[in-house]
Amino acid sequence: MSAVEPLSFLDHLWLARMPLLRGLGFTVTISFLAIVAGSLLGIVVGLALTYGAWPLRWLARLYTDFIRGTPVLVLVLASFYVLSTVGLQLSPFQAGVFALAVFCSSHVGEILRGALQSIPVSQTEAAKAIGLTFPQTFAYVLVPQAIRQILPTWVNTAAEMVKASTLLSVIGVGELLLSTQEIISRTFMSLPFYFLAGALYFAINFGIERFGKYIEHRTTISA
Amino acid sequence: MTKLLEIRGLCKRYGATEVLKGVDCDMDKGDVVCVIGSSGSGKTTMLRCINMLEDFQDGTIRIDGKEIGYEAAGGVRRRKREREIARQRMLTGMVFQQFNLFPHMTALDNVTLGLIKVKKMPRDEALAIAERWLERVGVLERKGHYPGQLSGGQQQRVAIARAIAMNPRLMLFDEVTSALDPELVNEVLQVIKDLASDGMTMLIVTHEMRFAYEVSTRVIFMNQGRIGEEGDPREMFVTPRTERLAEFLKSSTFA
Repeated sequence: MSAVEPLSFLDHLWLARMPLLRGLGFTVTISFLAIVAGSLLGIVVGLALTYGAWPLRWLARLYTDFIRGTPVLVLVLASFYVLSTVGLQLSPFQAGVFALAVFCSSHVGEILRGALQSIPVSQTEAAKAIGLTFPQTFAYVLVPQAIRQILPTWVNTAAEMVKASTLLSVIGVGELLLSTQEIISRTFMSLPFYFLAGALYFAINFGIERFGKYIEHRTTISA
Repeated sequence: MTKLLEIRGLCKRYGATEVLKGVDCDMDKGDVVCVIGSSGSGKTTMLRCINMLEDFQDGTIRIDGKEIGYEAAGGVRRRKREREIARQRMLTGMVFQQFNLFPHMTALDNVTLGLIKVKKMPRDEALAIAERWLERVGVLERKGHYPGQLSGGQQQRVAIARAIAMNPRLMLFDEVTSALDPELVNEVLQVIKDLASDGMTMLIVTHEMRFAYEVSTRVIFMNQGRIGEEGDPREMFVTPRTERLAEFLKSSTFA
């Protein structure tokens, strides 16, 4: 009877495929939810920053500056530990998505404000002059022009969210990084598994970036 | 008979600076009035008050007898609701110095936007009107182009089509050739002359004295927020009654 041969990386990979896929699934789900919720909330924040009456604008400004000035890790820890002290007990997954969405919203809000304010007043005046109301001007004149400016930065923010999702491992969300670490603690093959995780993160962000480029290409104004 | 445009005692201030100090002006249907004067005299501001791109503090502006922008309720002067002001802006069409076309839309879409969204016209009807006007101003073959792909003169002609397709009672032109290369000025002026001979009522702020002389039924000379002199261009340009106008004309190029 021969000695048991040590398992190769591929053997371990095969054994760990389910936890890895689960981790990848978590990462994608968390990022997706955070980006969608964060962008929707960010639109509200951006509108408040741009068009809100001063108390609202001031509040939105305070919110964005405060959130953007706080490390994401602190936001993650705060939404898990601090919110529970005020009676809002979120699961690690919920707290994590909440923290990322809040972080995302402050960035999207600021991007939207910048884009809307960079459109010359003369565009609004031209729209008024043909009788468009403000909601119509916003929908047909301002938004289409703002979107083209927002897209590249927004894609960046989305990729940042994917990367920031790794921070959820510290509150025990079994996303890709935490799954990878668990596998490594079992197999001691740190190099190949970290490399694999890195490649997977890259693949997700590469996908996001290609998608952004595609949309950008579709919406570019010919000149 | 009610005047098409009736301005009484129009006053406009920015903070402590008085830009318009009581302007009166009447126009009948078919009038072509050119407003001349040095920069800062209030010509453009007066034009922008007529379609409420500027608020004004005193005086009244009426189009077809209807008060524009403000209403007096119980002796208190109040700005009309935004929706009502938007509706009143349909009475006028405006063409800007910098064209201000919507850069993300083709020439055709620039013209149909107001027809479809404001006038709630069916798409094919709006297209027919837009194409007719683009043809009138000579840019129909460029209808699928974006503003960035058009010359300044073409852009300005599209802008004229966009404004006039809405079938306004009064067209406002705000130094529409000032941003154009000299060789493109005439194609735009020619379009305006054609509209004038069609009987379109137009109020034109311009620095083109030769054009003002040729096209207008009446000329208004603005000076420091007031009307300095007004009358028939053939008389005003030849024998100015005031010192200020004489000086102004001397300093202007009568090209």
